[in-house]
Amino acid sequence: MIVVKNLHKSFDKLEVLKGIDCHIHQKEVVCVIGPSGSGKSTFLRCINRLEEAQQGQILIDGEEVTAPNADINRIRQEMGMVFQLFNLFPHKTTLQNVTLAPIQIKKMNREEAEDIAIGLLRKVGLGDKDNVYPSQLSGGQKQRVAIARALAMHPKVMLFDEPTSSLDPEMVGEVLEVMKDLALEGMTMIVVTHEMGFAREVGHRVFFMDEGILMEQGTPTQIFDNPQNPRTQAFLSKVL
Amino acid sequence: MDFGFTNTEWFFGTMIMDKLNEIYGFQVVVNNLGNFTMGAVLTLEITLFSLFIGMIIGMIAALGRMSKVKIISFISVTYIDFFRGTPLFVQILLLYFGVIPLIFDATPVQAAIIACGLNSGAYVAEIVRAGIQAVDKGQMEAARSLGMTPTQSMRFIILPQAFKIVVPPLINEFVMLLKDTSLVSAISAHELTHTGKMLYASTYQAVWVWGAVCVFYFIMTKAISMLGDWTERRLAN
Ligand SMILES: Nc1ncnc2c1ncn2[C@@H]1O[C@H](COP(=O)(O)OP(=O)(O)OP(=O)(O)O)[C@@H](O)[C@H]1O
Ligand SMILES: [Mg+2]
Repeated sequence: MIVVKNLHKSFDKLEVLKGIDCHIHQKEVVCVIGPSGSGKSTFLRCINRLEEAQQGQILIDGEEVTAPNADINRIRQEMGMVFQLFNLFPHKTTLQNVTLAPIQIKKMNREEAEDIAIGLLRKVGLGDKDNVYPSQLSGGQKQRVAIARALAMHPKVMLFDEPTSSLDPEMVGEVLEVMKDLALEGMTMIVVTHEMGFAREVGHRVFFMDEGILMEQGTPTQIFDNPQNPRTQAFLSKVL
Repeated sequence: MDFGFTNTEWFFGTMIMDKLNEIYGFQVVVNNLGNFTMGAVLTLEITLFSLFIGMIIGMIAALGRMSKVKIISFISVTYIDFFRGTPLFVQILLLYFGVIPLIFDATPVQAAIIACGLNSGAYVAEIVRAGIQAVDKGQMEAARSLGMTPTQSMRFIILPQAFKIVVPPLINEFVMLLKDTSLVSAISAHELTHTGKMLYASTYQAVWVWGAVCVFYFIMTKAISMLGDWTERRLAN
């Protein structure tokens, strides 16, 4: 479903991605792990072109995202993204956060959008919080609203960039729970995470990235119990 | 010197003269309250129209400055730099005597509004740009990641948040502009300072006339800043 070929990305002289190749299937949950600064976020952000790659190709269902004339606004509608710092719209209620894109971009009528949004907010456990502003929510609640907001566009794939890294420990579980449900429903997901437990339990495949290179990939069992690459071994010995 | 007064008589004589003067000076103000008010109203009118023009031009110039199209950002930057980098007084003279007559026959008030509006636009542009840039970068990314176009992201996400940020500096600009309109008295627009000039020329009551002019300006600026505080408080909720 997602094919990445020889992806290179530099910021000025700093080469952050040094030729990434991978293939992600429909309904697959891929967890990306690796040390800080290894290019995980950059990789994710290249997929929906929040960063422009200098070289290489990304194809989604055969459509080239990286083509200069690609209709990036439409392509992004099919890719939900969840950020480490939530990035909810602070001037809108949770309900408006979720309905804004369907109403403005898909020209859905308000009632229909609100019905869907209420359903999604219920699904992430916030059915009673439709009328509050983000500033009145806890971190875990904000992140769950952010997930609902992304889901409202019916994306084919969800990209998560360390969705629990800025949360207090007691809130991590509630967000991972929502993500796990999503995975069980068959959503295609790419999750950059430091939650090794989640990667092991929910991930179908784990990518280990280091210094801009996809060093090793495999099933959670392969990566966590029997890593081949010395870098992977060194990294895992530090975090596990 | 001997004018036939004793020192004491001289002293009291001057005091009485001074007193009379004071009373007469006071009379100048009382008798001309209508003129002062008319001047103040015109000052307010010039300010409001200028600010209106300034807001529109300023918004366009701010977005223009951030545009990726080189020529648009170049024009915007040149406009902003010129009007911020030269004295308003000179701009008024240049526009009223030089540029505007080439285009149409403007009254002093029209010229004043055009000059102050263009000048204010440059300052508003910088205020708006600062406001937009103060909105967290993640907001634009979140909007774009949902599939919004740059225009939609600006309209629904960035500008509403920038608006809250720019209200206090815009109120400040409003106050500055009101005070700066005193410069258009030089082209005989009959606003408050011009009223003061006329009255001073006919009465020579400097303290009373200019004092009254100050009081009128102060009442207006104070009213604007109170309005600003109220708006800010309302926006905070
Ligand atoms: N906009 C940018 N401009 C310049 N350098 C950048 C930019 N974004 C990222 N970098 C650099 O690129 C490298 C990779 O960054 P990236 O955010 O992809 O790492 P990461 O693996 O997500 O790390 P972390 O676990 O800390 O989030 C880092 O050295 C970072 O400093
Ligand atoms: Mg990162």
